[in-house]
This record gives sequence, C-alpha cells and structure tokens, in this order.
Amino acid sequence: MTGQNAATPLTDTPSVAAEEPTGPSRSAVDAALRAILRDVLALDEDQVAGFDGDTGLFGHLPELDSMAVAGVLTEMEDRLDIVIDDEDVDGEMLETYGGLLAFAEAKSVTS
Amino acid sequence: MLGFDQARELRLLVIAPLFDEANKFRRQTLEIMRRLDAEGIDSFLPDLPGCNESSTPLTEQSLATWRSAAMAAAKHIRATHCFAIRSGCWLAPPAVPGWLYAPAKPKQVLRGMVRARTLAAREAGREETAETLMAEARIAGIELSGWQLGHKLVRELEAGEFAPAETHILIEQAVISGAPLWLRAEPDEDAAQADALAGVVANGMLGA
Repeated sequence: MTGQNAATPLTDTPSVAAEEPTGPSRSAVDAALRAILRDVLALDEDQVAGFDGDTGLFGHLPELDSMAVAGVLTEMEDRLDIVIDDEDVDGEMLETYGGLLAFAEAKSVTS
Repeated sequence: MLGFDQARELRLLVIAPLFDEANKFRRQTLEIMRRLDAEGIDSFLPDLPGCNESSTPLTEQSLATWRSAAMAAAKHIRATHCFAIRSGCWLAPPAVPGWLYAPAKPKQVLRGMVRARTLAAREAGREETAETLMAEARIAGIELSGWQLGHKLVRELEAGEFAPAETHILIEQAVISGAPLWLRAEPDEDAAQADALAGVVANGMLGA
C-alpha cells in the first residue's frame, strides 16, 4: 500500500509541473549559486557541495569580504538574469547559504 | 607595450580587460602569449591611455579614446589578428579579425564597481546609495575601487550595450571550461585554460 502511494505523485507530473510554471527550477538556481560561490571565492568543489541551508557565509567564510560580496552579487545578476538592488542586500540575505538561496529563488521567479 | 616580437608574419594584438580584471587576468594573459610565441605567433599587449605606464590621466579616457588607441596599436604593430578579453572586447577594432573571450557587459561592470563601493562604505558605517553616486558620477565622474573614472566614461558604460563585430569570433568560458580567473581575488594562472585559449587562437591564425 505504501508502495502504491509513493508511486502516485511520480505519475502525476502534469499537475506538479503546472504548480511551478515560472522561473528556473529550484535545483537550477541552487546549482548556479554553488558554482558562483565556488568561482568567486576559489573554494573547492567538495566544500561547496557540502553547503546546506545553515552554512554560514558572510562573517563565517574568510574568503567572503565586501569585494567578494560585490563579485558574488554581480555574478548572480549575470548568471541568474536578475537585478539586485542596494536595499535587497542585508545581513540576513548573506548570513547563510539558505538565506542567499531563498533570495535568489525569489528574485528568479519575479524577474 | 609588452610583446613577443620576432618580426613574424602572424601578429596578434592582445587587448586586456579594463579595471581590476586587468590585474586578475594579467598572469593568465602572459601565459597565453607565451604559448602563442611557441606556436610561431608574435603577440603584443599595449597599455591603453590612462592605464599602467601611460602618461595621460585616466579621467580623460572614454571608450572612444580607448577604441582609437586600440586601432592605432593594431596599425603600429601591423596586427593580422586581435584577441580581446572580457571588457577589452568592447575595444577590439572591427577592421582586424580575431577573437573575443567572454565579453563583459558594460552596464554590469559599472554596477559591480559601484556596488563594491557602496558595500565598503556600509562596512565603514557610511551610507552611500548607488543612485546618488551615479547621479553625481554622470556629471563629475567618480572614484570606484581606486579608478578615477571621467563622467564621459561613466555615461558610456551606463548606456553601453556591447555587440560583437562580424569580424570577431566569440569564445565563451563554457568552451574553455574551468573557473573564470577574472573573478578571483588574487591573480592566478591555469595551464589547462591557457592551453585551450591559445589553441583556439593559434589554430585560427595558423589555419588562415
């Protein structure tokens, strides 16, 4: 019975797809954001792959100084095709990987 | 002007990125030029007016003055081809065939520099906004990341949409693969990427 229930959502793809008609998928934004942090901060692949929602960024990663923040935000605009305004940038957005990802996803959907 | 000159037939004008990417990509630029030298290609890296050892002030420069300087350099070295990198692509002379490596967007380069300044100001406890800085910069110019930009250059960057000339071939970073070196805080080099880039240019020039 559990097997049957588990299989049901997988076959029900049309409604799942219809729930997220706009913006790139969560995993696409996630992958792009990890690549940006890897490229700008010169982190290795394994370290970036190990980031979770609670991983500390600004104030926790020594590589992420204010020049690097500017680089990360500019690359996010370029690769995610979004616009980031001055007032978007605050401590909460940059504090954790989860915070930055949530911000990137919200911007990707609205832009 | 830095160059590998043995009066060979194939002569390449190299146009470095502007501003801080010039420093970050300098080592890699030379790595590419050394490889081309080994392939029998002369290459030249000019200092643009207002940059490096140039005696003219940066504030007087604009994309227009840099474009004519790049054209003059091409004539001076009798360039058969050109290879431009990132923001250097904006200056590549359309009359000289060549390659554009990962062209930058003028507006984005300016936004990035303004953002670095507002973030640094915020860290120092001063409040500066991009909007007020830009309003001032359009009239009086502005200092961004240590670069003193004239108002004309600011306006050009702000309005600039870059469109490659038909004579130039794009090389995207995805083709070269690996992390873009111009994003790094410190200048670095990457042998595999230098091999790939020099390979594209050398094949194009030698095959022509």
